[in-house]
Amino acid sequence: MVGPKGSGSPVRRAIGYTMTNKLKVESTLTLSAERPQNDFRTRIRRFFERYPPLSMIAALWLVFMIFVAVFAPLISPYDFTAIDLRARLQAPAFMAGGNWNHPFGTDDLGRDVLSRLIFSIRMSLLIAFLGTIIGAILGTSLGFLAAHFRGWIDDIVMAGIDFQASLPFFIIALAFLAFLGNNLVLFIGLMGIYGWERYARLTRGLTLAAMTHGYAVAVNTLGATPIRIYLRHILPNISSALIVNMTLNFPGTIILESSLSFLGIGIQPPLTSLGNMLGFGRDYLTTAWWITVSPGITIFLATLAMSILGDWVRDRLDPTLGL
Amino acid sequence: MSFRFIVRKIFRALLTIWIIVTFIFIVLRISGDSALLIYGPDVSAKALATLRKVWGLDKPIWQQYLIYVSSVFHGNFGNSYLDGRSAIRVVAERIPKTLSLMWVTAVITLLIGIPAGIFSALHHNTRRDRITMTLAVMGLSIPNFFLGVLLILLFSVSLRLLPSAGSETWKHYIMPVITMSTAEAAVLARFTRSAMLEVLNQPYIRTAISRGVPWKIVVREHALPNAAISIVTMVGFFIGSLIVGGVITENVFAWPGVGRLLVSSVANRDLAVVQVIVLLISLSMVTANLIVDLAYGWLDPRVRDLRSEEP
Repeated sequence: MVGPKGSGSPVRRAIGYTMTNKLKVESTLTLSAERPQNDFRTRIRRFFERYPPLSMIAALWLVFMIFVAVFAPLISPYDFTAIDLRARLQAPAFMAGGNWNHPFGTDDLGRDVLSRLIFSIRMSLLIAFLGTIIGAILGTSLGFLAAHFRGWIDDIVMAGIDFQASLPFFIIALAFLAFLGNNLVLFIGLMGIYGWERYARLTRGLTLAAMTHGYAVAVNTLGATPIRIYLRHILPNISSALIVNMTLNFPGTIILESSLSFLGIGIQPPLTSLGNMLGFGRDYLTTAWWITVSPGITIFLATLAMSILGDWVRDRLDPTLGL
Repeated sequence: MSFRFIVRKIFRALLTIWIIVTFIFIVLRISGDSALLIYGPDVSAKALATLRKVWGLDKPIWQQYLIYVSSVFHGNFGNSYLDGRSAIRVVAERIPKTLSLMWVTAVITLLIGIPAGIFSALHHNTRRDRITMTLAVMGLSIPNFFLGVLLILLFSVSLRLLPSAGSETWKHYIMPVITMSTAEAAVLARFTRSAMLEVLNQPYIRTAISRGVPWKIVVREHALPNAAISIVTMVGFFIGSLIVGGVITENVFAWPGVGRLLVSSVANRDLAVVQVIVLLISLSMVTANLIVDLAYGWLDPRVRDLRSEEP
């Protein structure tokens, strides 16, 4: 009765919106009572409900990218900086004029696009992972500090949160790079600052709420040190919200890094990243589009997969957080 | 609206601007001799000495700070070392081009994003909803600069229909606007959808339905106005992402606006210009957020009463 076609009347749809789910649960319950538990089709259906194919494809794609990133030196057919001026701007293998020596073609200096792509994936993923982890640790610690000390420390953290939320981080990053110049360590640190305020706000709010819960009060009364309470007791309880935030932050970090590198103010040659490849290939759009399109598609698929997976993780871990 | 609420919000906005000015001061001092950085390495020793004196770089740090703040309020940022004119003028002449691009993009985004979100919410959990939301996720995931490059590849390189650089005719607007509004509309659609769904789940909607109010009127008179309140909170965020999207898009399409100036100034470390642009952006963001906060308080009395009690 709750199929999308059956519930034609909008009234019923609006009222039934919350009730639908309950009804669904009840009907599956009666179904499973009537039929044997190990009905093959039911199990398949349940499996796909828990693990939707799209999310699983997204996960597989990310695993594949991580594999490529980790084993980059073993997989890549050439050195990503190796120049071969006799094979400049060669088309990919599937096009006229291409051959399988360079499956994805070559760039303006005759460097193998596939090899550069593999090492770019390695660099972009590394930066996104490091950035996400630094941001999570920084934000969570500041959130704990603010919740623990309250008073002026809380005020300072909150002012920092307000400041970061008041300006797009992209602009802050540009200002930093202009004033301080650019090197890899600074750049990764900058990616770590991106998004710390969301972890801090989450942690602060959830910790303040958790401190009133029975378990935190109990551990506190037993004489546990504050660090023990925060790390051993509260952190595991708020971790699902933090993990959800990490999965939402990750695609943002990839796009931030590749945008800056695309504009020529992020990762600098001889190092390469997806955005950097795209930015340099832009000059050859009319003659050699493959230099820009392959990293572009890679960024697109990576962020798309991470968003899909992030939505799924959010639904699994904490449905109340959902937009 | 209570007087206290307004004062509070204005105070917050001023505080944020003060933090930003201080932030720029600190970063400038960390970065080394700011006279040298502002004027660049190829400047005479005399000019450096003059600037040091004007900015009081020989004085103790707290005096330097006061001097810096007052020079900011006098609009004295030094000259762009690339073309020697005052940084403010260099930035100001780029503003109209950027604003014209932003207006068009904002209008298109609103026209696509909000109806799409409402459509999706009204068809919640059906195929139409899923298709709309899949499109939105894809629009979110495609980076601005890649979409721009793809459009150039299609419309300029292959079809030769549209110009790939410049800003003279209406044709120049088409690709930058598509590039910018794709991601913006996707975000807006997702947000509008969730705002609508939340409202549609409220008891007063169920009351209206059970009272026999026609569905169309329930949506138009009860659901939409309430959802609109939470969409208003998005405006600040929306302007922020328009600015960021503008910076990238202007660079892809060689649009002669502030964003392109910002990136070239960062690359050349033309600090006077970067400072002016960062302050300009923060000022407009803070103002936008202030207006949003006040509008929100005015639209939704519950919020202003709650927030003014907040510690």
